[in-house]
Amino acid sequence: MTAQHHEGFDQHVRRYLYVFYALLFGTLITVGASYIPFGNHAFNIAVALCIACAKAFLVAGFFMHLISERKMIYGLLGFTVFFVLGLMVLTLSAYADFPPMTVTH
Amino acid sequence: MDIPYTVQPREDTGLYNAKVGIWLFLASEVMLFGALFSSYILLRVGSPEGYWPRGWLNVPIGTVNTLVLITSSITTVMAWASCKMNQFGRFKVFHACTLLLALTFVCIKSYEYHDKFTHYEITLKDGRIADGHIVENDPKADHVVISGRYVQDRRDLYDLEVRKAPHHHEELSIPRSQIEKMERYGPWHNTYLAIYFTLTGLHALHVIGGAIVIGFLWGPGSKLWETDPERFTNRVEISGLFWHFVDLVWIFLFPVLYLI
Repeated sequence: MTAQHHEGFDQHVRRYLYVFYALLFGTLITVGASYIPFGNHAFNIAVALCIACAKAFLVAGFFMHLISERKMIYGLLGFTVFFVLGLMVLTLSAYADFPPMTVTH
Repeated sequence: MDIPYTVQPREDTGLYNAKVGIWLFLASEVMLFGALFSSYILLRVGSPEGYWPRGWLNVPIGTVNTLVLITSSITTVMAWASCKMNQFGRFKVFHACTLLLALTFVCIKSYEYHDKFTHYEITLKDGRIADGHIVENDPKADHVVISGRYVQDRRDLYDLEVRKAPHHHEELSIPRSQIEKMERYGPWHNTYLAIYFTLTGLHALHVIGGAIVIGFLWGPGSKLWETDPERFTNRVEISGLFWHFVDLVWIFLFPVLYLI
């Protein structure tokens, strides 16, 4: 292994550590935000899920190297996202089928 | 016979075969957890007003477990980077840390499960409900003793915002003759606990499965390093991708189940 290659990996390692710190910080922010009464509980849910998505991006992008992956993997994940979103939307659309005045929550 | 493309990438995919394989597997895992998450959402939005539990899980414990899993992710990726930098000793250290963190996660989760399985809701014949952790439950004794409280309305048990209004718990001795129904907080207790145990139980199985693979690569499987270090490094990367996925699932499970 060349010295240049080694140095390149050192940079990667430094980046992993920054991501790790960001994930720790994100976790503490998530917990902290859950204690803040935003007035509307839906807003608390949105904040928690937004932070979770940001953390998921960091893990998938950097630890799983998705920011610099081959096209084939992107294609595969594109199909996965399409189908999982379809699954969610179809399942949740059942909520709209409830007869009027029967939804209490 | 040599298995092709274990180290060299295929011309058409640009990847070694195991990497394509693990991503296909992870795609199927996304569908599995996606189905369970959508079930969770449907159960939650469909529950009657005041009957979706809040504050039933211990947030500090969940936070610690989240930090444990995130730390195990960095040790996993560092183990792989150590292999890439030809530092086998460091790989061993980092993956030993991963295994210890995985064990810590499972132990903490087991503690949480134990807490739920020793928690009882006891409906009395006079309409009151006693709720708390079991202290004495000898079938031969004519009393059951719990550490908890009495409530009149069942909804008081669901709307449990511990952070806002801590409940006073005391030791309650309940005559068996007064008990109409006694049920522990298992997955059968209500839909919240059913989906909680399903999601976290499946996730814990993934943690255990991942730890077994990492344990193999750390132990007997590490002999491959001496004969084919590149192939071994690829194996470490594949197991790491699975481990990061397990971390990814928990990143969503934690706020969904513990915080919101």
